[in-house]
Formats: sequence, structure tokens, C-alpha cells
Amino acid sequence: MTKKSRRTASAFGKGLYLTLILLFLYLPIFTLMVLSFNDGKTMSRWTGFSLRWYEEMFASRTIMEALGNTLTIAFWAATAATVVGLLACIGMSAMKDRSRLVLMGINNIPLLNADIVTGISIMMTFIVCGISLNYGTVLFSHITFCIPYVILSVMPKFKQLESHTYEAALDLGASPVYAFFKVVMPDIMPGVVSGFLLSFTMSVDDFVITHFTRGAGINTLSTLIYSQVKVGIRPTLYALSTVIFVLVLVVLVIVNILSNRKEEN
Amino acid sequence: MTKSAIKRLFSGPFLAFILCGTLVPLVVIAFYGFTDRSGAFTLDNIMAIAGGHHAQALGLSLALALISTLICLLLAFPLGLILKDSKIGKKGFMVFVFILPMWMNFLLRTMAWQVLLEKNGIINIALKSLGLPLLDIINTPAAVVLGMVYDYLPFMVLPIYNALIKIDHSLIEAAYDLGAGKGLVLRKVLIPLSVPGIVSGITMVFVPSLTTFAISTMLGGGKVNLIGNIIEQEFTVSSNWNLGAGLSLVMMIFIVISMALIEKFDREGEGSMI
Repeated sequence: MTKKSRRTASAFGKGLYLTLILLFLYLPIFTLMVLSFNDGKTMSRWTGFSLRWYEEMFASRTIMEALGNTLTIAFWAATAATVVGLLACIGMSAMKDRSRLVLMGINNIPLLNADIVTGISIMMTFIVCGISLNYGTVLFSHITFCIPYVILSVMPKFKQLESHTYEAALDLGASPVYAFFKVVMPDIMPGVVSGFLLSFTMSVDDFVITHFTRGAGINTLSTLIYSQVKVGIRPTLYALSTVIFVLVLVVLVIVNILSNRKEEN
Repeated sequence: MTKSAIKRLFSGPFLAFILCGTLVPLVVIAFYGFTDRSGAFTLDNIMAIAGGHHAQALGLSLALALISTLICLLLAFPLGLILKDSKIGKKGFMVFVFILPMWMNFLLRTMAWQVLLEKNGIINIALKSLGLPLLDIINTPAAVVLGMVYDYLPFMVLPIYNALIKIDHSLIEAAYDLGAGKGLVLRKVLIPLSVPGIVSGITMVFVPSLTTFAISTMLGGGKVNLIGNIIEQEFTVSSNWNLGAGLSLVMMIFIVISMALIEKFDREGEGSMI
């Protein structure tokens, strides 16, 4: 084999490998997309194009309620975790190295621990304390497992911080709060934003911890999907997964374009 | 009160959350694990892991988690290498395409495989129309491994890619200049320098695979009982909290052991953790 033909062969091999993995990743998702437009309930036969599963999905109170719960829980959990995490970073930056290391170690526990253990242990604690499981208990658990992500995104920014600028602002007569928002905040903002977004996604994606800490009455999309899938095939869920996939795609493309534009500027 | 004392107060809410959301729950689960229904100390819940179907479930979970982690690693490393070498302009897009499924709810992605693998599912319809033998893996451990690999592959790709992309290209060129072949560069430069990524990829796939109950329920059809399924059932079906908590503690021990092993292996292999 000549050198050139060897190179084309290797490029072909690489292309083939990428294609196979892409097929593996996307064929299942596209199958659901196609089936979501199938008129019949069976998936083995194409009985014509229809939007009835989409209509059924948007008309379904359980799905819409679960969607509402998912989004509000994710929003409030991410917001609370961001505030608590940011305050924690301010506090920890004034601590001695040793106590900070201990706290950071404990902060890692929910990240390293299995979700099922986290979920079960929080659920047991609620019940032992006589707190009945509901929306609030899910929200509390979500805040708990989101805080570590915020701290891990914000803390490195605090370490890079130039402490002199903050002190200079104080010397020039700024109040601590004013100096914080004018001098410190702009530097740590990227960490705060990524902590919030990470928390939001983690909360939306969570199934296991929600599964254990929700009461009988409330569902998020994850727990609803789980309970419906166990019963049988539901074409409304194909419609739902298509909508979610398209939404995720659109949001991520916009985020990518925005961050690319920022880098160029 | 000094200024830094006031500042330290800011971590109050955080401390409250770690206390109520992490530390107290761990104490509660440990308490239940080491007591019986009347509250008396016992090791029965821990020792229950040795009993027939519990030990079997743990063994199966460990086996399936190891297999799926290995498959993910074998798929992801070449992928990371190819992505690393792809053209700069295309790179961001390529990585995006391979990570995108991670953002979709994993239950929906698992459901997709349920639809594909069913006895009368899409794959079998296609195979039948081609006159090929049918694929009958739904409700078997093979289907569960497939689901794990599908769900967690991006968790392996991302850290490996991030580690590979950080490798200084001049090191690779230097190795080639000194006469190393492709295989040697891979063995002596690329793999050792990407160990941190490989290690975090392994933990990110192994731990959720070991502890899952959703994938095995959906693709195993109740016939594949993993340790996660047993624990979940102790809480939702049989409501034997003590046994469930005891088995959870055993599972935590396995997670800690595997992390310690990985860390040790990582340190011996080059010590390239930065």
C-alpha cells in the first residue's frame, strides 16, 4: 500500500467509526420521532401521518402538570442553590485552609455518592422527622444536590480573585456590599452562571432522588415517564421525547452560538 | 466581631444544608442499617447481602457495571482520539454532536431502546424483512448492558476528550521525531497522559451502572434483578427500611472500594493527576 492510499484508508476507517457511533446514539431517538407521527397505536405498522399524539400530549393534564413541576422545581432549586452556594463561597474564602478543606470534602459527598443512597437517606430523614413527602421535600432535596455544583463552579473563581481590588474599593470609600457587587461580582459571574445552568439541568434530569422524595401526589416528567413506561407503550411519550429533543437542540445551539460570538469579540 | 468572622457567617445556610441534607441523612441510614425493627442493634441487615438472591444481585450488578464500563471505555477512547485530531473549525460541532444525547432525559432514551428491542420491535421487524435471525435480548442482562452503555457513553467521552485535548502536541511530535511508531506513541504518551480523564470517565459510568434500578426495570422486564432493584423494592414494595438501609450501606462500601482502587491505580500509573 502506498502512503497516500494508507492515509485515505485510515480516514475512511475514522469516518466509518464516527458514523457507527452516531447511528448508535441517534437511531433510537429518531425512531421515537418517526413513531410519534404514526397514527396507529402499534409501532410495528405505519398507519399514516398524524399529530394526534401531540394533541393528546398537550391536552393531558398529568403531562402538563409534571412539566410544570419539573420546570418550577428546577428553577427554584437552581436559584436557591446559587444563592446558598455563592454565600458559602464568600464565607469559605474567609476561613482557615483546614476548615475550608473539610467543608469542600463534605460538599463532594452528594456528588460521589450513589443517587439511590442520597435519595433514600433524605427520604428516611424526612419521614423520621414527621415531615410528609410533597413538592417541598423534592425541592429541598434538589437544592441539596445542586449546591455542590454551584460551589465547584464558583470556588475556583474566588481563588483567582485579586483581593487588592476589593480592598482598594473599600479604601476609596465604597461600602462592602457596593464593593462586592461592583468589583468582585463581575469576576465571579461566569462561575455563578455556569453553576446555575448546571444546577438547572441536573434538577431537570434527576429521576432517582425525586423518585424517593416525592409523595404520592406529585410527579415530575422523569417520575411520570417511569411510571407510564412500566405500564406499557405510550405514543404520547414519543411525542414528548421529540418535543424535548428539539427543545434541547434549539437551546444548546443558541447557547453555543452566543458563547462563540462572545469569544470572537 | 471581626470582618472575617462576619464573612464566615455567610456560609451559614450552606452549613445548614449539609447538616440537614447530607450528614443527618447519612446518620439516619446508618442507624436503620444497624438496627432491627424494634431499634435494637443488629448486623443482620448488613449480613443479609450474603444471602442467596442478594449476593446474586450484587454479583450481577458488579458484573454488568464492569462490562458496560469497559465497553464505554473501548468505544470512547478511539472516539476521543479521532475528535482530538479533527479540524479546528469542526471540532466544537463534532464534540457537541456526540454529547447532545446526554441532555435528553435518560428515561426517554432508555424507552427508545425498549421500543427498538421488543419482540415485535423495530429491529426485529427489520431483521425479519431481511430474512435474518431475530434478536431476542429484551429482558436479558444483555439488553441492560446495552441500555447502560447507551445512557452513560457521553459521560466517558467528555472527560477523555478533555484530557486528550490538553496534551501538548509537541510531546507527540517529539515522540515521533525520536522514532516512536503510532502504537508506541499511544502506549507511552497518549494513554498515560489521559489517565485523569479515563479515571473520571470510569467513575462516572461505573457508579451509576452499579446502582441503577430504572434501566434494569425498563430493559430487564423484572427478570434482571440488580442490587438497585432490591434496595428500591425494600422501600417501595416491602417497606423493610432496615434491610434496605443495610444493603445500601453495603453498596456504599463497594463504591468506596472501587473509588479507592481507581485512585490507587491512577497513582501507580504515571501519577499524572494534576
